[in-house]
Amino acid sequence: MLSFIVRRLLQTLPIILAVAALIFVMFSVIPGTFASSMSDDGRSVLDAEVMARMNKEFGLDDPVYVRFGKYIAQLATFDLGTSFRTRQPVASVIADRLWPTAQLSFAAMLFAIVVGVPLGFIAALRPGSWIDTISMVSAVSGLSLPKFWLGLMLMYLFALVLGWLPSFGYGGGDPRYIILPAIALGVAPLALLARTTRAAVLEIMNADFVRTARSKGMSESKVVRWHLTRNALVIILTTIGLQFGTVIGQAVVVEKLFSWPGLGSLLVDSVTLRDIPVVQGSILVIVLLFLIINMLVDVLCAIIDPRIKYT
Amino acid sequence: MLKKLIATTALALVIGGVAEAQTPRTGGTIRFTAPYGSSFANLDIHTSNRAQDEIWAKAIHRALYNWDANANKPVLELAKEVKVSGDGLVYTYKLRDDAYFHNGRKMTADDIVWTFTRLMDGAKAYPGARYVRIIKGAIDVEKGQAKEISGLRKIDDQTIEMTLTEKVDPGFNFYQAMTSIYPADEAAKESFATKPIGLGPYKFVEYVPGSRLVAERWEKFYKPGQPYADRVTVSIMGEASARDVAFRNKEIDASILGPTQYVAYKADPELSKGLLEVPEVYTRVMGMNPSFKPFSDKRVRQAINYAIDADLIIKKLVKDKAYRATSWLPISSPAYDKDMKPYPYDPEKAKKLLAEAGYPQGFEFEWTATSNESWGIPIVEAVIPMLEKVGIKVKIKPVEGTVLSEVARSGNYQAFIWSNTSGPDPLTSLKCFHSATPQTACNYTQFKNAEFDKLLDEAAATDDQAKRIENLKKANGILREEAPMWWFNYNKAVMAYQPWLKGLQPNATELAIQNYEDMWVDASSPAAK
Repeated sequence: MLSFIVRRLLQTLPIILAVAALIFVMFSVIPGTFASSMSDDGRSVLDAEVMARMNKEFGLDDPVYVRFGKYIAQLATFDLGTSFRTRQPVASVIADRLWPTAQLSFAAMLFAIVVGVPLGFIAALRPGSWIDTISMVSAVSGLSLPKFWLGLMLMYLFALVLGWLPSFGYGGGDPRYIILPAIALGVAPLALLARTTRAAVLEIMNADFVRTARSKGMSESKVVRWHLTRNALVIILTTIGLQFGTVIGQAVVVEKLFSWPGLGSLLVDSVTLRDIPVVQGSILVIVLLFLIINMLVDVLCAIIDPRIKYT
Repeated sequence: MLKKLIATTALALVIGGVAEAQTPRTGGTIRFTAPYGSSFANLDIHTSNRAQDEIWAKAIHRALYNWDANANKPVLELAKEVKVSGDGLVYTYKLRDDAYFHNGRKMTADDIVWTFTRLMDGAKAYPGARYVRIIKGAIDVEKGQAKEISGLRKIDDQTIEMTLTEKVDPGFNFYQAMTSIYPADEAAKESFATKPIGLGPYKFVEYVPGSRLVAERWEKFYKPGQPYADRVTVSIMGEASARDVAFRNKEIDASILGPTQYVAYKADPELSKGLLEVPEVYTRVMGMNPSFKPFSDKRVRQAINYAIDADLIIKKLVKDKAYRATSWLPISSPAYDKDMKPYPYDPEKAKKLLAEAGYPQGFEFEWTATSNESWGIPIVEAVIPMLEKVGIKVKIKPVEGTVLSEVARSGNYQAFIWSNTSGPDPLTSLKCFHSATPQTACNYTQFKNAEFDKLLDEAAATDDQAKRIENLKKANGILREEAPMWWFNYNKAVMAYQPWLKGLQPNATELAIQNYEDMWVDASSPAAK
């Protein structure tokens, strides 16, 4: 197992390098610089001298290959560079935003798992019933709803009409603030988990070993607990892993809507303002998180299902 | 129409006046919003020229001058009086002796010298350098040829002398937050970047990046009895619809409105009672590049102005959240000519002018635009059929705001649509059309007109305010006639405020920027305690 983890960690290196190179190339090609973003609101004109000095200060007047070399050299020492905008180390800028994103993603996935998995199970155990129909229609709707719209509707209902929850903000530890953004972000993975769980359970229910267990007189609760759950869990866990990564990437819309100070809103602002070191750093961190979560899922799957061998 | 505009402006001023006439209440929290994005740049306001950052900076910092929204001009803030030499180049400031930084130290002339010298650091790119450059010797510091600004002399702890390179009102240069005065000792420390110390009415408490900034009353603020509220929270809320819900839910005290919300709020009997409307100093225009052959002909540029029904677009698309533009200078400018008429919608005249210019069949051009709802692609799409009527075809080139500013500066466009600051100083603003101003600065349409230059040069040289204004009005009239741009509209900024929030100021330079010390919340506020 340990060798598997080490090997997977090593495998992330070329992926990280490829992503780093891709982001660098993209932001070298697209027009606009941090200096030009300073007057994009048309409010304050930056004079040519200040713009030139800004480009020099941030090394943007160097040839592309020099900038790329410097960037890779920095990465090799785990230095993500300095933010053009905040003039602070990118690592510290990202660290400030990572925890709120982690909180939101975990809360969203917790909501998705707690509601989605049982819903899928119930639907599969009673195929064709009204509960199956309702849960699957809801699941499809959940997948189709735009997060921005859903977030607004949640705000409207739970903050404005019912007055139960605050409509925006981080709240400094007050758990009421995370509920609405977590639901808005968690509905899509909930729907997917419900559908995946239903499909997995239905497939396993018709498997030979389940029929054998039943024919040997095993009680239905034992069949569900020992055979259905354990076998479906591998598929569910894999889906959870993939969805975790997706949720981190998709948090941007919800973060912006609810003024949640996460990595997603930082990334979008940094793209708009061409704060390239922060863009590069944020994407690398998101990719890294995605890879780590999926590696952990693989490890968990191996623990749950001894048939899975990692060599 | 004009009467209506003037009435609206007066109404805005009255709202400010009424608020000040009430007895301010102390205590509570002002819950303000920063609507222009989902973050602040950082906590060193010298590094940012964005309105979004100036919103928080007004709580913590103060500059040598401040903007008096009711008088619509810059006024002394950190100085009690100023004496100007006969040639109008030497300003001697008697500084306040009751201005204390949030670390308890009294402000002295050394802090001003240190701040302006910092802004001219040639190794850094402080946007405020643009303004400090009017002080004699500042450029030498910027170029690394001197360590001190020769035109900035400390006479004693509370007196400072500033020698300018040209005769301008320094108030327009030193009222913005990017020239805020820092404490010389503290600001050099690294901790200053995360815990700013200023001279403002509120001292820094906490900043949650991407979420909010909190500040609490500074007891030693120099205006007696102010600030009134105990705390100010500035929530970062870039999404208009989210602000709308939060405002209706009474979670925030004020919100800047876009066109869609403006319509909804005006129609609501309760919400419409709390709207502050101000003609801001932003002019929305379509810039025409004279290097593109058809636009080198004045008649073609005029034809564009005649061919577009701007009033219709303002009414239907911008939802009346704008004032029709007549030329460059906006309604709130002291040199705005209220007798000047906008180009009327006259497609026949446009066709005639095009034919005279040699384009009877029209022509095609590329129009660079962002997605902005008030001055971007939606507006261009409304204009296209109007121009087609006179034979002009348009290809839209969509870009981001960051790219648009680069495109306008480089001249790499045929036409662009943008919202640009056109004030508050009319002279500075019109200088963007002076032939000596390069395109890379702000003369985006490479405007050249000898008569215009002469009027501006005379306006800059004269001490006679009436003559200066008269010259600027005439220069603005030349712009209208020469039409380097399609004069679309002046922004009408609208702020919705809760009934318990008092003391808002009709700031025409940017409505979202407020002097928090003049504001208070009455006992009906949910955050009154």
